[in-house]
Amino acid sequence: MRKDRKRNFRRAGQAILSSLVAVIIVTVLVFVTHGRDIPVLNPHGLIADQERNLILLTVGLGLIVVIPVFIMLFSIAWRYRASNTKAKYQPDFASHKGIEALWWGLPCVIILILAIITGIYTHALDPFKPIDSSVKPVQIQVVSLQWKWLFIYPDQKIATLNYVNIPKDTPINFTITSDAPMNSFWVPALAGQVYAMSGMSTQLHLMADSVGSYTGSSANISGDGFADMHFKVNSMNESDFATWAKKTSIASQSLTSSSYDGLAKPSHDNSESAYVLGDGSLYNEVIMKYMSPDAEGSMNMSGSGM
Amino acid sequence: MFSNLSQIIFGRLTPSDFVHDPIMAGAGYAMIAALVLVIIGLTYFKKWKWLWRTWITSLDPKKIGVMYIIVAVIMLLRGLADALLLRTQQATDGSAGILTSDHFQQIFSAHGTIMIFFVAMGIIFGIFNLIIPTQIGSRDVAFPFLNSVSFWLFAAGMILINAPLIVGEFSTAGWLAYPPLSELQYSPGVGVDYWIWSLQIAGIGSLLSGINFFVTIIKMRAPGMKLMMMPIFVWSALASTTLIMFAFPILTATLGMLSLDRLLGMHFFTSGAGGNPMLYINLIWAWGHPEVYILVLPAFGIFSEVVATFSGKKLFGYKSMVVALAAITFLSFTVWLHHFFTMGAGADVNTFFGIMTMVIAIPTGVKVFNWIFTMYRGRVRFTTPMLWFMGFIVTFTLGGLAGVLMSVPPADFQFHNSLFLVAHFHTMIVGGVLFGAFAGFAYWFPKFTGFTLNERLGRYAFWLWIVGFLLAFIPLYILGFMGATRRLDHYDPSLGWQGLFIVAGVGVLIICAGVGLQILQLIVSIVKRNENRVGNDPWNGRTLEWSIASPPQEYNYTVIPTVTHRDEFWEMKRRHHVVKPEYTDIWLPKNTGAGVIVGLFALIFGAAIIWHIIWLVIVGLVGVIITLIIRLTNDETEEKLTAAEVAKRELKRQIA
Repeated sequence: MRKDRKRNFRRAGQAILSSLVAVIIVTVLVFVTHGRDIPVLNPHGLIADQERNLILLTVGLGLIVVIPVFIMLFSIAWRYRASNTKAKYQPDFASHKGIEALWWGLPCVIILILAIITGIYTHALDPFKPIDSSVKPVQIQVVSLQWKWLFIYPDQKIATLNYVNIPKDTPINFTITSDAPMNSFWVPALAGQVYAMSGMSTQLHLMADSVGSYTGSSANISGDGFADMHFKVNSMNESDFATWAKKTSIASQSLTSSSYDGLAKPSHDNSESAYVLGDGSLYNEVIMKYMSPDAEGSMNMSGSGM
Repeated sequence: MFSNLSQIIFGRLTPSDFVHDPIMAGAGYAMIAALVLVIIGLTYFKKWKWLWRTWITSLDPKKIGVMYIIVAVIMLLRGLADALLLRTQQATDGSAGILTSDHFQQIFSAHGTIMIFFVAMGIIFGIFNLIIPTQIGSRDVAFPFLNSVSFWLFAAGMILINAPLIVGEFSTAGWLAYPPLSELQYSPGVGVDYWIWSLQIAGIGSLLSGINFFVTIIKMRAPGMKLMMMPIFVWSALASTTLIMFAFPILTATLGMLSLDRLLGMHFFTSGAGGNPMLYINLIWAWGHPEVYILVLPAFGIFSEVVATFSGKKLFGYKSMVVALAAITFLSFTVWLHHFFTMGAGADVNTFFGIMTMVIAIPTGVKVFNWIFTMYRGRVRFTTPMLWFMGFIVTFTLGGLAGVLMSVPPADFQFHNSLFLVAHFHTMIVGGVLFGAFAGFAYWFPKFTGFTLNERLGRYAFWLWIVGFLLAFIPLYILGFMGATRRLDHYDPSLGWQGLFIVAGVGVLIICAGVGLQILQLIVSIVKRNENRVGNDPWNGRTLEWSIASPPQEYNYTVIPTVTHRDEFWEMKRRHHVVKPEYTDIWLPKNTGAGVIVGLFALIFGAAIIWHIIWLVIVGLVGVIITLIIRLTNDETEEKLTAAEVAKRELKRQIA
């Protein structure tokens, strides 16, 4: 009797303590998260928006399994605790075709549904797929360098470093390469990421739905200054974009093959600048650099070899 | 002239390679100081001969298993110290300037590599060595000498990966060293070579060990133990070793090609001249994804044993469990591309690998349900191993949900290489592999020592771990949603990430406190061992290892049992079956120093090739080969223990 009471007392104490810890954890997390920008869940672009919806849908489907697991785990563990001698004890109860069929079957059904969703969305949100729109897309070529991002606007004949301006509600067609170790081009508020690899050209299509400034970065380690490889994506009204492009195409320094070589040298400089594009085929030259038989991609590199 | 000579003798090693910044040097010299203390202690107490005879040259898998676990625990502390440094750097948003970006990158590369190769793998092989032979009713492993070679190769790799604390630098290319960053062009120093050769040497040890235990399970089971009568842990080990045999050759070949690029200027994975880094990324994950299951399947096995034993009940759905293990084993080779959906393979390819990935959730889900239902109509005793089991189900299910989420390619585009991903795989590996190891440690500890671990301290450690774990990793999930990528040595304070990083840092501190309690638990348990002495079967066990002495004789079984049931020992107890003491001669492998000598030459080879010391490379290689030839031409590697001697020992043990 007394032992029972003591045990109940201890149990109550443990319950209070663990709820207290849980409350503290939740409060602290809410406190440090509250009011912060969460771009993946609060996107500002067509693609990122659909990706967010897909994420929430998948989590919802997953919870159909996860919640019963938690309920079963704790209720069964509690009910069949050793001290509860009133509960049934069947040490040989070890298989039941119906029950097992249920939990082979239930996950199968959910995964089947999720597989169909995956097939549809993977094709719909393929980063290489152009966005359907009546508005003429803007082409932007992206080159990841050590350790900065170069954006080339072949049609506007301009280029920018470490920032990129885009018109809102206009499809943006990024083609992406690297003149550096592999990077990953990611602007979470607008779209998921794609790798930037030398000698190759990957693509990313996105469209911003509001005016604003969003952070992008490299998601893949690429050497010493990798943490500095973040940039701003400024989404603006179409007229503002046109004005900016025109102004930049007149009043900036020129970017040619030779000035590019200087730019491509490793540096930690994360400052923003703009250029007039002096060499229209620069992007292709950067890719081709890695394609010739003797190339190490090392035209601008020292210290190669043993 | 002089520089030429020094290059021939020392390769690219120069005195300046010994100069390090204070944190690294501190860690390095602390390790050396600890080693010196151990050496002084051994000399003072005249224990060298004991160390050599009972441990270093031993071919007893139980001894080798303990050595694996000791190495793994030391490396766990190293990896934890690394984690603490990383968390400190990020909690101060890098502005405190504790670590340079170069040092920071070395630390996270070392943290990942060490935790996977030298902690998780060490734990798994330690447990294999201790449990597989005893559970299948065997006196030994299939190839006792190979087992010793495997361990010493593992130890050589471990020494190599810690050497950069003293001489040279470690890789800054992450735990998988993607090219072209890991190629000469971008990483000309010794760092990547340290990474390659420590993994190469330890990896060959792992492959040999995988073969060894696979053959042990296939060939050395007690008479009557059909495959479908094997304890489920043995099934999980069979699945894991199968994966090792198929996956580790890929690692060996991939590292081999990368080292050819670096040593001989070849172009397998360079970005120019016909090389293709994407090939490396495919190959490394063709090994890397199965590797995840190599680690986690044995943990599944441990939990299966633990939940059945402490529920006093048969494992629910044994056949389902075996089918699920087999399915996971097969499927784990069909999903590697989900590690790089973002490479631009195209929607069809991504869809295929996405669906294959989520299909793995089906057998895994079945296992979770079966574990829970094993408790149903049982008598559940909530000892520390059971607490780890409960913690595992909670963390693993949540981590699994995150995993299913990332298996959907367009969702993965938003999570790839973010801290969400980092949180996910830590949830799986800490919550799965490490919790499994802790459960197994507490569960099997009395079998190999004769006394139990202190329960109270174990429970406290568990709760600290759980709270610390939640605090350390929930913020990382949230940071992923905020767009925080992994491996940043600093970030812009205006992003508002710092609060979460601080919470994560506090979480790691709480985990450290948990680890501290676990160490205390071990010390207290050993000091007060006479209070916790237990018999051969402290938990009312189900499988054969509980039928033999604690700690077991070096030959495990004085009489090899004949198996007629699954959960043979449980059935024996039920039938009041007593093994008849009919003793026979037992052949045991003699001790040999050849294993440690092979390891030593492999270490010399590794260090020499890292530093381009050609003559020493030859010494190392020739040394390995000659040692093996000498050992393999020796026909008298076993000694007989006569039946009379066995009977005498058995009598003595029973009197004591």
